[in-house]
Amino acid sequence: MSGVEAVRQEALTDDLGSRRIEVHDLNAWFGSLQALRDVAVVAEPQAVTSIIGPSGCGKSTLIRCINRMHEEVLGARVSGKVLFDGQDIYAPDVDPVEVRRRIGMVFQRANPFPTMSVLDNAVAGLKMVGRLSRGELRRRSEQALRQAGLWDEVKDRLDEPGGKLSGGQQQRLCIARALAVEPEVLLMDEPASALDPASTLRIEELIQDLKTQFTVVLVTHNMQQAARVADWTLFMLYGQVVEFGPTRKIFTSPDDKRTEDYITGRFG
Amino acid sequence: MSGAAVATAGARAPGLSRSMSRSRRVKDRAFRASLWACGFLALLPLAFIVWYVLVKGVSALNLDFFTKEPAAPGEPGGGIVQSFVGTALIVGMAIGMAVPLGMLAAIYLSEYGRGRLASAVRFVAEILLSTPSIVAGAFIWAVVVVAMGTFSALAGAIALTVLMWPIITRATEEILRLVPQELREGALALGVPRWKTIARVVIPTAGSGIFTAIMLAVARGMGETAPILLTALGQDFLTTNPVAPADAVPLRIYNYARTPVLSQHAIAWGGAIVLLAAVLVLSITARFLANRQQRRIR
Repeated sequence: MSGVEAVRQEALTDDLGSRRIEVHDLNAWFGSLQALRDVAVVAEPQAVTSIIGPSGCGKSTLIRCINRMHEEVLGARVSGKVLFDGQDIYAPDVDPVEVRRRIGMVFQRANPFPTMSVLDNAVAGLKMVGRLSRGELRRRSEQALRQAGLWDEVKDRLDEPGGKLSGGQQQRLCIARALAVEPEVLLMDEPASALDPASTLRIEELIQDLKTQFTVVLVTHNMQQAARVADWTLFMLYGQVVEFGPTRKIFTSPDDKRTEDYITGRFG
Repeated sequence: MSGAAVATAGARAPGLSRSMSRSRRVKDRAFRASLWACGFLALLPLAFIVWYVLVKGVSALNLDFFTKEPAAPGEPGGGIVQSFVGTALIVGMAIGMAVPLGMLAAIYLSEYGRGRLASAVRFVAEILLSTPSIVAGAFIWAVVVVAMGTFSALAGAIALTVLMWPIITRATEEILRLVPQELREGALALGVPRWKTIARVVIPTAGSGIFTAIMLAVARGMGETAPILLTALGQDFLTTNPVAPADAVPLRIYNYARTPVLSQHAIAWGGAIVLLAAVLVLSITARFLANRQQRRIR
């Protein structure tokens, strides 16, 4: 490795290293209902961190706290710290809009914009915020659709409405849309739970690709999915962290009896 | 068809009484017939109005009717061009005021409105919706006409705005609420600011539904007589001056219908045809767009 390359390599790892997410003492409420209690977790760069647990355990609330989407719900509150690049995203001088641009999100139900074509959906974020030329938008759209593994399927249907695609394609379109604004972290809230097994497999392969560049946090109720794609796994129950560790350890020799009961299917 | 199916089923199962299924069949038929009759009765008034207005007024429709000022009473010919221009002027200005006001209020209620102010705005819109239009007219007379020292098209437009914005606000708010929350979150999660999310995602998705709300309000405003009477007064000469008294088609119908001059009665019927046609076109277009919109949101 030449000197220049070594420097560049180091710069790259530094850059990726700054994409680490640290959650400390996080509490979240919906009105008077407390959804998260003193949650702490770390999401490492170039890794997939999955959050598992039964319905209502606070998985989605936790992931929505990481890009300040939780506060969009009426009556929702948060306390605690979420550090991104060493900076608390809940500090008073932080703009939630900027947080969300750098920490992208994919939702459980594919939600392409119904008034936009496939092409425009993929670059919706860039179109609405930036001032890129048509040619540039097209190039970025193709790039995002390729990255989401959708280009070959839709390259002849770019002008159709996004809602005309199949469910699995719509979800990959939403992933492309999230990638097009070049985030540093990708949050995925049960991205495959509404999809058939073939589409689920495609999304999982995609997650494996994406983790080489992004910090990926994946909420799933599908334990096999967590076991297949995640490097780190967090198990939650009643809004609290039960256990957090390398996926292999969580699934083979968990420290907590409740984790073992859950992964072996005794409840949940 | 279902009656026949019941009969054959009865024949195949001799244990069940035939006479019972017959009496049931009779009742079923009687009930269906009365429902059909009621449905048909509901259609009758509109059909009758359209037919009657056409019969009475079609003879008044000619080029002069649309292009000339009124003839002196008893003299043949003449038209009501100033009424058409006045209605266009008044309704046009009212659209210019009611659409921004109504839409911004709707966006506030649907996207930001929480707490006291929102409840107050909703309550005021609700009250205004059911306010008799002559009260709105009297109010604008007291506030605008008296202050300006003259009846005017502008005062008429302001009176119509008072009647139109609550229609636009309430209908648009309902339509904006139909836009799925996931679309707003999808845009916000891309780092799109809230106001841009509303302007670029929420409103385009609601699109033709908002247009429908506006058209229904325009149809309502166009047909109003009482508030125009108290604010624009009426006008026998063609003018486009917004601060001069102006005429309007429903006002002209009202005035001509009360005279003993038969030729003016015919012109009033002619005006009724034009007004009816305009309102029908607006309502049908609005309905058509609303149907299309529903299909898109789902």
